[in-house]
Amino acid sequence: MPLSPAITDLEELKDHPALALLLAWNAAAVESAKYDRDEITIYVERSSIRDACVLLRDNRKCPFNFLADVTCVDWHPSEPRFEVIYHLLSIPQKERVRLKVRLEGSSPVIETVTSVWPAANFFEREVFDLFGVRFTGHPYLRRLLMPEDWEGNPMRKDYPVEGYR
Amino acid sequence: MSHLTATPVIEPGQDRTMILNMGPHHPSTHGVLRLILEIDGETIVRIMPDIGYLHTGIEKTCEAKFYQQVVPLTDRIDYLCPLTNNLCYVLAVEKLLGLEIPPKAQWMRVMLNELTRINSHLVWLGTHALDIGAMSVFLYCFREREDILRLFEMVSGQRMMTSYFRIGGLALEPPLGFFERVRQFANRFPEKVNEYENLLTGNPIWGMRTKGVARITAADAIALGASGPTLRGSGVDFDLRRDMPYSGYENFKFNVPVLQDGDVFARYLCRVREMRESIAMVQQALNGMPEGPIKADAPKVILPDREKMKTEMEALIYHFKIITEGFSVPAGEVYQAVESPRGEMGYYVVSDGTAKPYRVHMRAACLANLQLLPQMCEGRLLADVVAAIGSIDIVLGEIDR
Repeated sequence: MPLSPAITDLEELKDHPALALLLAWNAAAVESAKYDRDEITIYVERSSIRDACVLLRDNRKCPFNFLADVTCVDWHPSEPRFEVIYHLLSIPQKERVRLKVRLEGSSPVIETVTSVWPAANFFEREVFDLFGVRFTGHPYLRRLLMPEDWEGNPMRKDYPVEGYR
Repeated sequence: MSHLTATPVIEPGQDRTMILNMGPHHPSTHGVLRLILEIDGETIVRIMPDIGYLHTGIEKTCEAKFYQQVVPLTDRIDYLCPLTNNLCYVLAVEKLLGLEIPPKAQWMRVMLNELTRINSHLVWLGTHALDIGAMSVFLYCFREREDILRLFEMVSGQRMMTSYFRIGGLALEPPLGFFERVRQFANRFPEKVNEYENLLTGNPIWGMRTKGVARITAADAIALGASGPTLRGSGVDFDLRRDMPYSGYENFKFNVPVLQDGDVFARYLCRVREMRESIAMVQQALNGMPEGPIKADAPKVILPDREKMKTEMEALIYHFKIITEGFSVPAGEVYQAVESPRGEMGYYVVSDGTAKPYRVHMRAACLANLQLLPQMCEGRLLADVVAAIGSIDIVLGEIDR
């Protein structure tokens, strides 16, 4: 089963339920999209991530009611450095979609989605802890896995694997 | 949904209530979970989980290893279901590579995964019953668990850290007599489940400790990210094996037990019935096991057979290349989710085209399920906390990674 190349043309992908909803709501919020290995990725503009999540959760046609995961990838040293990744699942329609937001390394700040899905609480704390991305409006943004007094963010690419000695 | 919060902030200084520290070394926390409880007499006012005592940085370690070297690391995340972790990781990398897996390997994977599910549920049932005070169930469960661990040892050489799946197939052919041993176990096991149920399901003390305790509604469970039996115990009919099948699960017939009550007893029944379904699936796998190779045809990714390596020049070269410099994976990203005994276990693997993964992230079912604990326990008695922790079946290795 050879891999087929990724589709990045918005016109070709606009039939996917999540992308169709987002484009109909606010086309400016969608930066780009990618369909690769049977998975769809939508790049969302930073300021509209919370509203996009509310829209995807509350629509009738394909409600993405389950937040499976929030995580982050560090593309150091290129800019924009961070990508925050949301994996959504629609339990009634059995569809998945991946939302991505690009963040500059100088100010990795993004609005929280804990008000949309309380499940984001621990996931966002983990990203804050390991990557140093700040989530504004989070009810309790403290380190989750590392000790409170730890310095640095271990999952960043400029943090050595064996740690600082 | 403002009533749902995983971490209510607990500060000292209130008059009526008292702060109690539970754990991290408490036998009922199933590892090193620390709970900070605010209690008013025996009643829980607020509860705040504190995790991270078992954080090992596995995700960071993965970034420094070749793709095939990550497989043994995945065992250590959720140490009660190593084969499920192996499966989820290899499926993710196979999806990145676009590999086709031969049917026999797929069926073996399904069979071993269902045995792993039973293994994990047996540990859960034994310790959960022990926490609540039913001592003898523990001994019964570990008797059968020992049989499953012997099967794992037979097929992979290891009782617990199996690492039996490889990217592209299986590590070894199953040994002679293996299927016969599995069949003997599968024939014997349903009777044993009856034994556990005789001890617990109709037991009035068990009922008093579990029925109506730590209730959670379907809407709250979905909002807090619950999955697996914790979600199905609240009446949400969703199972990744049936609804989004992977690794040949579409070839199997099974029921998904769903219960409506959303209490500890519902989650208990859900898991016990899952054990019955799993053993039926093991039977199906034994009866329909296809013949054929156990590895995909991809010499640049899969290590050659030992025999070939010693006799063929080309095989020796591939072996040397894979061991010394790994194999490169086309750039891209995948999220692969499987139904682990605890819920949706997901691996998010990002490749930048080199021989080492750029990022490996594990979506831990327990991390999300743990967020239900405050919602389940607030306003209830201190003793119910122990029942609630047991009923969401957490493994701290997976939570902290």
